[in-house]
Amino acid sequence: MADRVMPLPIGRPERKVYPPAVDAPRDIARPLTFIERVTNNTMARRLFILVVLISAWEAYSSFLANPLLFPRFSDTALAFWDAVAHGVLLERTFTSLQVLLVGYAIGLALAALFTTIAVSTRIGTDLLSTLTAMFNPLPAIALLPLALLWFGLGAKSLIFVIIHSVLWAVALNTHSGFTSVSPTLRMAGQTCGLRGLKYVMLLLIPAAFPSILTGLKIGWAFAWRTLIAAELVFGASSRTGGLGWFIFENRNQLETASVFAGLFTVILIGLTVESVIFRSIENATIKRWGMQN
Amino acid sequence: MSTRKTAGESGAGGVAPLLAVDDLTLQYKTAEHLVTATWRVGFEVYQGDRFVLLGPSGCGKSSILKSIAGFLPPVGGSIKLAGVPIERPGPDRMMVFQEFDQLLPWRTVLGNVLFPLLVNRRMDRKQALDHARALLAQVNLDRFENVYPHMLSGGMKQRVAIARALAMEPAVLLMDEPFAALDALTRRKMQEELVALWEEVRFTVIFVTHSIEEALLVGSRILVLTPHPGQVKAEINADHLSFKDVGSPAFETLNRDVHGLLFADKVEAEALATGGRHG
Ligand SMILES: Nc1ncnc2c1ncn2[C@@H]1O[C@H](COP(=O)(O)OP(=O)(O)OP(=O)(O)O)[C@@H](O)[C@H]1O
Ligand SMILES: [Mg+2]
Repeated sequence: MADRVMPLPIGRPERKVYPPAVDAPRDIARPLTFIERVTNNTMARRLFILVVLISAWEAYSSFLANPLLFPRFSDTALAFWDAVAHGVLLERTFTSLQVLLVGYAIGLALAALFTTIAVSTRIGTDLLSTLTAMFNPLPAIALLPLALLWFGLGAKSLIFVIIHSVLWAVALNTHSGFTSVSPTLRMAGQTCGLRGLKYVMLLLIPAAFPSILTGLKIGWAFAWRTLIAAELVFGASSRTGGLGWFIFENRNQLETASVFAGLFTVILIGLTVESVIFRSIENATIKRWGMQN
Repeated sequence: MSTRKTAGESGAGGVAPLLAVDDLTLQYKTAEHLVTATWRVGFEVYQGDRFVLLGPSGCGKSSILKSIAGFLPPVGGSIKLAGVPIERPGPDRMMVFQEFDQLLPWRTVLGNVLFPLLVNRRMDRKQALDHARALLAQVNLDRFENVYPHMLSGGMKQRVAIARALAMEPAVLLMDEPFAALDALTRRKMQEELVALWEEVRFTVIFVTHSIEEALLVGSRILVLTPHPGQVKAEINADHLSFKDVGSPAFETLNRDVHGLLFADKVEAEALATGGRHG
């Protein structure tokens, strides 16, 4: 009997609160102070971190005073400017991007082909899943020696490894996007009169777009890293080298500041594509449609 | 013969039915089982009907609707729309689903209503735009035409789906528990709006529900199905009842009768069980 349920208190007064408390905040929306606004801004905080890192770099390299191993930030910036304005950096970058785009485009076309086969037949589905299971774990760069044997030194070998790095990621994501379109949406599309190619173009592709975009992003990231790595390996004997070759060449000439400038360009292009191009595609499509996951 | 009944005999004063379902048997093949969803179901739907399929969960209501829509071919029997057997899904039998994800998320409300009109080249763009806007006004969503579906409430999404289906002026509108996922207040409002819309447009609709009250309020004729596998238990007229009659003796009597029909099997089974014990 000791742990009996406590009875509710009897005769609790009811209440209606009016007017509201006097000390409640008067202005419901208060403009933030300048400091609050700056510290709330992601860009501002990141910029601050960058400035700290750069100062640390400058300080350490001045202290080390060995431009061969670790050039100062100011020297790197100068080398970058010099390579852009008078040197070959732009040309090298352009060559790299050209090869990359060709490889990316062919990779996408093949991915579209594979996915079409995979959606239309059951054996095609098995083919795609077997191939992706086999090739996805294989770093594309590991195929470079073989590519060199088959296609020789030159753009063809590079394109081959880029295709390999794009194809499986995109095909896999697109296919899984197609298969996970909800049955209700499929049926809704069909009662609206969609059939055949129209059904694919107007229903399946937009419905699977979040997965497709993920595939494109992963494919891009793989391709870009693979390309730079591949150019480092064999750029030496090709006359019109890319960005990787620019880095390799300058290392051989012990132009360490230019090596840093090359690395900086790789980062810059990677960042631009990932957080400007893909981000704005994302904002204009799946974010706007509320389709994220 | 599936044409046993001719139009003259069908007891509707010589009017031919719009949709004739005859001896319909539907089955699903799974890895281990052959599931019979409905067994020899027959009914006729006339122009302007608000035909309700009522039955307990799992009795094959959705299956019948999917079969009429053209997604599930009959194992036995036939479905004919204006005398022509149904072969594949098409916009003459637009369907409104129970789930909220039936709208295309990448199109605005207006874009969704326009979609079937443009896909089927029903009219030119200008006309389609006017038509779609008129329908959105009818379901009270004209202020939301440029909004994407993910920003709408559940009830609003269902209204868009209804507008999209009606825009095609389908021969029959198929609705599979369109209001089941809504709260009670919204649900009643939507039922009233649907009937008001029907008063205006006079479309033909087949409406699936497992709520007796909804069947009585929305339907002009109610087909009561038995539990698994679905067979016809009764066919009832409910055209004389409206929202004003809720709680009236006539409404409550019919409500009780239908309730009795739906749960008769259980009562019979119990009677058998007790009878067995005593005998
Ligand atoms: N895709 C399927 N595969 C196998 N069996 C199915 C499938 N869809 C439905 N069934 C079976 O068919 C029967 C009828 O299902 P159906 O969905 O038509 O019922 P319902 O009357 O619509 O039920 P509810 O009111 O719960 O929606 C059920 O027993 C179900 O198990
Ligand atoms: Mg159902």
